[in-house]
Order: sequence, then C-alpha cells, then structure tokens
Amino acid sequence: MKYDVIIIGGGVSGCATARELSRYRVKACVLEREEDVCCGTSKANSGIVHAGHDAWPGTLMAQLNVRGNALMEPLSEELDFEFRRNGSMVVCTEEEKRGDLQKLLERGEKNGVPDLRILEREEALAMEPNLTEDTVAVLYAPTGGIVCPFGLNIALAENAYTNGVEFYFDTEVTRITRRPDGFLLETTQGEYVSDYVVNAAGVYADVFHNMVSQEKMNITPRRGEYMLLDKTVGGHVSHTIFRLPDELGKGVLVTPTVHGNLLVGPTAQNLQEKEAVNTTQEGLRTIRDRAGKSVRGIPFRQVITSFAGLRACAQTHDFIIQEAPDAPGFIDCAGIASPGLTSAPAIGEMVAEMLRTRMNLEANPEFCGRRKGILNPAKLPLEERNRLIEREPAYGQIICRCEMVTEGEIVDAVRRPLGAKSLDGVKRRTRAGMGRCQAGFCSPKTMEILARERGILMEAVTKSGGDSTLICGINKDIWQGDE
Amino acid sequence: MEHYEIIIIGGGPAGLAAAVGAREAGAENILILERDRELGGILNQCIHNGFGLHTFKEELTGPEYASRFIEQVEEKGIAYKLDTMVMDISGDKIVTYMNKKEGMRQIQAEAVILAMGCRERPRGALNIPGYRPAGIYSAGTAQRLVNMEGFLPGREVVILGSGDIGLIMARRMTLEGAHVQVVAELMPYSGGLKRNIVQCLDDFDIPLKLRHTVTEIHGRQRVEGVTLSEVDENGRPIAGTNKFYSCDTLLLSVGLLPENELSRELGVELSSVTSGPVVDDSLATNVEGVFACGNVLHVHDLVDYVSEEAALAGRHAAQFVKGKEEKWKGGKKKVPVIVENGVRYTVPAFINPKTMEKEVTLRFRVGAIYKNAFLSVYLDGSRVIHRKRPVMAPGEMEKVVLKKEWLLLADGLKNITVKVEEA
Repeated sequence: MKYDVIIIGGGVSGCATARELSRYRVKACVLEREEDVCCGTSKANSGIVHAGHDAWPGTLMAQLNVRGNALMEPLSEELDFEFRRNGSMVVCTEEEKRGDLQKLLERGEKNGVPDLRILEREEALAMEPNLTEDTVAVLYAPTGGIVCPFGLNIALAENAYTNGVEFYFDTEVTRITRRPDGFLLETTQGEYVSDYVVNAAGVYADVFHNMVSQEKMNITPRRGEYMLLDKTVGGHVSHTIFRLPDELGKGVLVTPTVHGNLLVGPTAQNLQEKEAVNTTQEGLRTIRDRAGKSVRGIPFRQVITSFAGLRACAQTHDFIIQEAPDAPGFIDCAGIASPGLTSAPAIGEMVAEMLRTRMNLEANPEFCGRRKGILNPAKLPLEERNRLIEREPAYGQIICRCEMVTEGEIVDAVRRPLGAKSLDGVKRRTRAGMGRCQAGFCSPKTMEILARERGILMEAVTKSGGDSTLICGINKDIWQGDE
Repeated sequence: MEHYEIIIIGGGPAGLAAAVGAREAGAENILILERDRELGGILNQCIHNGFGLHTFKEELTGPEYASRFIEQVEEKGIAYKLDTMVMDISGDKIVTYMNKKEGMRQIQAEAVILAMGCRERPRGALNIPGYRPAGIYSAGTAQRLVNMEGFLPGREVVILGSGDIGLIMARRMTLEGAHVQVVAELMPYSGGLKRNIVQCLDDFDIPLKLRHTVTEIHGRQRVEGVTLSEVDENGRPIAGTNKFYSCDTLLLSVGLLPENELSRELGVELSSVTSGPVVDDSLATNVEGVFACGNVLHVHDLVDYVSEEAALAGRHAAQFVKGKEEKWKGGKKKVPVIVENGVRYTVPAFINPKTMEKEVTLRFRVGAIYKNAFLSVYLDGSRVIHRKRPVMAPGEMEKVVLKKEWLLLADGLKNITVKVEEA
C-alpha cells in the first residue's frame, strides 16, 4: 500500500504527529506492532507535565518542554483528556546546595518557564506539609502539571483517526529499504510504501534509523520502575515533588496522579535489552529508600501495583527530531526520553510542520480538532445521570467496583474509533481494573463484555493482545498436548 | 424519600443472616442491597462441601448453604435488590445506590448493617518483581472463572499463598484437568485450615513449600514460569535457593482485606489490625445505628461463624430501631478488651456489661503457632478463663465466651484482657 507518510509507532510522539498531520490533506498511516496505541514508553512513565527547568537552555528538550507545557491545557480541553496543573517543587535538603537550586531557577528562566520562585522552608511546608523535615528550600514551579498518559495518547490517536489517518495494529516493521519511488516498509502484515517516514519507534528508533542511514544512532533503554499507591493516600502530597539532583541522579519523584492515586518513582537503569519492562527487587527497594528523602511517611503499605517503563535515551542527551542527513524523507523522532510526554504536543507540531514545508501540504478543510472522551457518568449532575441510565441502562451497572466504572463506559471504550480490544485496552481507556483490587473482581465481567461486543470467544479474549490469552479452555477438556 | 428500618449492604452470607436475625427480632421493614446478579455472595462460587457443619449439623456446598438463608429471606418476605451498587452512605444514614432499572437513588435507613465482605490482596500489594503477563490470578478470581463460568484459566499452575481459597483452588484446578505443581507459603505455617491442607493438597500429592515465595515472574505476554526462593526468618529470599518452575498460571492466595471503602467515608472507625470496623458487643460501630458483621468486620475462616455473628448484628440493629438499645441514648459504659501475648485482636473490641446479652463471644486470631498453650481471659487482675489448647494457628479463628454475670460481678471493671499463656 502506498502512503504519503508512514509513521512508525503509535506512542504519544507518533500519535501527536499523526494528529497534527491530519490538519493537512495527506494520505498517512501509523504502523504499530502492538494491538493498541500507547503500549510502550508512553504507557509507563510518571505522567508528569514538566515545567521545563531541567533541560539545558538551547536544547530541543528545553524548547519543546516549555512549548508542550503551554499547549497541554488547551489541548486537554479540545481532546477531552485529564490534565491538572498541580504545580511542582524541587526540594533542597542541604544548606550548601542552595546554590544548585538557584542555578535551576536561572536555567528555568532561560528556558522561558514562567513564575518560578524559591520558597523558604516554612512557606514550602505550609503548602506541602509532608515534605521531609530536612527541607531547606524548594524551587516552586506553578506551571508544573500532571496528565493521564493513556488519555493523552489515545485522544491524539482517535482524533487523528477520525481526521483520516489510518492505523494498522499488530504490524511490526521488519525492514526498511529506500527505493526510487520512496521507502519500502516490510512488516509482519505485508508491505507498505511511502514518500516520507516518521520514525517514532521509541526504544527501537535506532534500529529503524540504522536501516536507512550510515550515520548510526544508538538509543539506550533506561528502565524506570514505579510504585502506584491506593487512592486513600492520593492526597499525601498535592504537588509533584522532585528532589534536587545529587550524586545518585535526578532521584525519584512523588506525585499525585490525575486520578487521585499516589505515584512514586522512577529508578534509572541503563540497559541493552529493549523489552525489559520487568520490575526488579533492587529497583523496588531503591524506590522505597529514595522517596523518603523528599517526602516523609509515604504509606508503602498502600501500594496496589508496581510497573516499569523504558525511556528512550539518545547519546546526545537531547531529542533527535530531524531528517536523517543521508536519507531524505526519513524523519527521526528519536531519543524522546523525559520530558517526552510533556513535549508531545510540541513534537507533533514540529514534525507536522517539517512535513508540511517539505511536501507543500494544503489544509484539510474537514479537519475537526475536537474529540469527546468516554463519558464519565460520575461527573454528570444526578438528574442528567438518571436520564442517561434510563436511555442506556448499561450506565447504571457498575463493573469495576474499585474505580466505579460502568458497563456503559466499557462498551463505549470497545465500540469507539480505535476501540479497546483487550483487558488492558479497556483499563487504559476507562480505568476498569486499575484500582485497589487490580481487576480481581471485574476481569471476568470485562472479559464477557469484550467477548460479547467483539463477537469473539472467551478463549480469544486477551490481556494485551498477541498470546496474552486469559483462559486456555473449558473445564475438564484435558490437554492433549505435544508432550 | 423511601424509608426502611434497616438497610443491609451486601447479600452474601453475612447480609442474609443479618436480615433473618433482624426480622426474627421484630424488624419489619428491611432491605438488602446486593451488587452481584444473585444473592449468596462468595458462597456461589464455593462449590466444594464443608459448609454448615456447625449451623445445620450437615455438610453442604457453598450454594446449598446460601440457599438455606435465601429461602428464609424469601419466606420472610425480606426485600432485596440485585445488581445494585451502593455508592454512598451518609452519616444520617441516607443510602445512595445505583442500578440499571432505577438509576441512582437515595433511601433513608434508621439502621445500616455493613456486610460488604472482603477482597483478595492483589499481586501489586506484594511487590513481586518481574513482568506483568496474563495468567496471574487471585485464587478467588480463578475460582469464579472455573466454578461459575466453566473456564479453565491455565494448565500448569503454581500457587503462592496457602490461604483457604488457594488450597481449595489447588484441588479444583486439579479436578478440572490442570496440573498444580506446588503451593508456596512465605510463612513457616499455612494460613489455611488444617483440613484443607489434608483434603486439598495431601490427597492430591501437591507439595506445600513453607518459607518459600515467588521472587520473579517470567513471560511477557502469558506467564512462562516463576522463580521460587526460600526465605529466612524475616521473610527475605535466601541467595542461592532460587528454583525455576515452568508454568502458565500463577494463582495468588495471599490474604483477604475487608472492603471498607464505604465505611471509611461514612466515618466508621477502622482497626489497623483487622482493617474492619471497631465494634462493641452488639457489633455496633462508632457511628450510631451502623452495625457490621461478616468478613467486612474481620476475615473469618468458617461461614458458620459469619452467620452466627451476622444474626447478632441483625438482632441488635432491630433492637436499636425499636429503641430498646438504651446505650445509644447516652451513658455508654464500655469496657475495652485488651489483647496481649499472641492474640492479635478481638471482635468485639468493647463490651458493655449492663446491656450485653447473657453471653458474648469474643472471636480472634493468634499471630503464630502455639502448641499446648493456654488461652486466658482476665477481668482486670483476676483470671476467669484458662483453657488449654493443643494447637492454635493463625489460619484458624479462636473464640472465648464471656458470661454477663462475671462481668457484672467484677466491680468497677476497667479492662478485659485476652492472651496466650505458655504452659
């Protein structure tokens, strides 16, 4: 199949690019190796919208972070995903490190971060009582925020799709070759040809880049492990709390999530393995040990799950968003480590603009930038909610009792454009199964809904596509395997 | 607003017995709110036998046991709503619920009985490192899939935790055609009933590895194996003891947690030991007119005791509604039950000697295994119970019965103390 633009990867960078590109008349598609968007780095991160004081002035990271931060709020209204500007704090616990805090403030100001200021201990503790006793001063960034990483990614994808970008799932690119008529992409689902390729393949971006360019790239997966705590302790802090970087690195952060949980992490461990999203004993211990340095009394008894993600780190310590010098038409969107999620709206803008100028794209007159998310009946006034239930009784049936998710929401998640196909797909869209019982009660019911809505057997329902089937047969159908 | 004398949150074994108890004590206008599609709660998926030996002097399956109570509820014309989720209970006992037929509605209760049961601790709460593939189930979820839906969640099974549901599922999975390789237990003793170890593991040659835990989960899409390691006295894995088990399923039976989200929002005081409400001898919580019973109060081992306890809660709620329970009208004089040496908690945690029934049963669990030790109860300084127990284990609930006359005779009684005393 022939496209003007093929985007490799349905993560947040790829989907942001797809959505911005759909403003123009262009035949574009996204190739995703998993069964859904938001399955790699984009799903397992801090969910932080960074203010922008960390990146070095003059880098793409600095520029796109600040721009992305500014775009996030209007985008969250346009695309209906969860975002909250809760403000962030960088905690300094040693008098002699005050200078570093001041430097961070100055760096932020150079980057154009608005309203940064240094708070003394008393003021900081008054705003955030659970800061460590050792707090000397904090750098306060009122523009810091938190976002639902799935919500953002899925909203971008749905909006791109309804504006004409095609999506192919379970489609893993295995080889890219340059031909006179464009790039040939061989995949596990056949061949695709395009004039332009956007390489938004996360930790695999180097692999694809190196298929077409002699100037070799190396992306290091940096594992970050996290612990998620129950909503009953989601108010332990109200701001996102960082620690002043020390000899141990940037350190773990403690933050509320947009859904009201408490998130603690990440660790930072450079790996070779690009699939190592496993948590480790060492990593989970590190989180416990280090989080206490900035926030006191973190109730680790309330941990409901832990997870790990891989940040895609380039050797240049900056985003690589450029056309490969020796492969015209091949645009890298690589090394999108932190603050990648924050920057995503700006990355999409930038890549789409690169394509627009190169391809002389015209505006798509049918483009509609607005998208309605899954209706959350809990946000409706009582009478409206009851009218909804009368019209669609499924909204009166709670399936996930921890997160109070109704059947109506799950059905919507499955039926909508680029809808959920698996338990994890439903979870990322509705939060069903994301609560304190971790799907113990709702998974059999959600599986039934998935089977019914998709017209498949229970045996075919998966946790996350591929071979992740949840049941292997019916009772007493004793296995006749190849033993 | 519609009005009920007593609204019972949950139609499982506790809710059903509480309803029957309340009706028998004279309450007229009772409503049970059940979130699942039928009454009976967790009993509906417990198709094994062994229920009812105390209550009915016969061996019933879970659904049979439940049906005995459901029949009584039907006979007595007690109202109930199914597929109905309680969203909120307010301090003045307005209950907000939701279902498909009525939408979201509010009703007024004079008394509320909390009977929401418990949930299983998930993998996440254990911080087992590794991937997050399909094939990791809490034992109860697997039990529902197998016993109510007819689906087999896996073929090659490792079970972590020797709680009763894990033991029962070891047998059930075997009977349904799966191969259960091993049950691993972190503690030096099982958390389940002795009879379940014999009938569910020993009879099927399934090894129980005490002092072992899962230290890694392998497999990206579906479980491909787990690593088991031996642990030291502090529960930490011992280096060099790792052993890989190839399997497609890991079942977790690592503890139950009373489900008290509604109670917490209502302002009910919760115990940090049981995670259930702190109650007095009438099973009343600190919120006036709110009672609790069953696994939402503390996790039981036998349903028979749940029924007994719930009937008591129902009876007292009925008396409260009829204004016969004077203690709420002021002049509360409650004696705290102090736990020492091996006794982790008691339910109830307070007793009012003047208003208590003729006897009060204190139920509790011990924190370790005790052989030939004594269970003792002191009223202030004087010992009133000193009973030898051949074996006490954390997996089995213990009880002592205190008589009203003893408490009334103990002049100016300040504390009741329950403890284990070594021989």
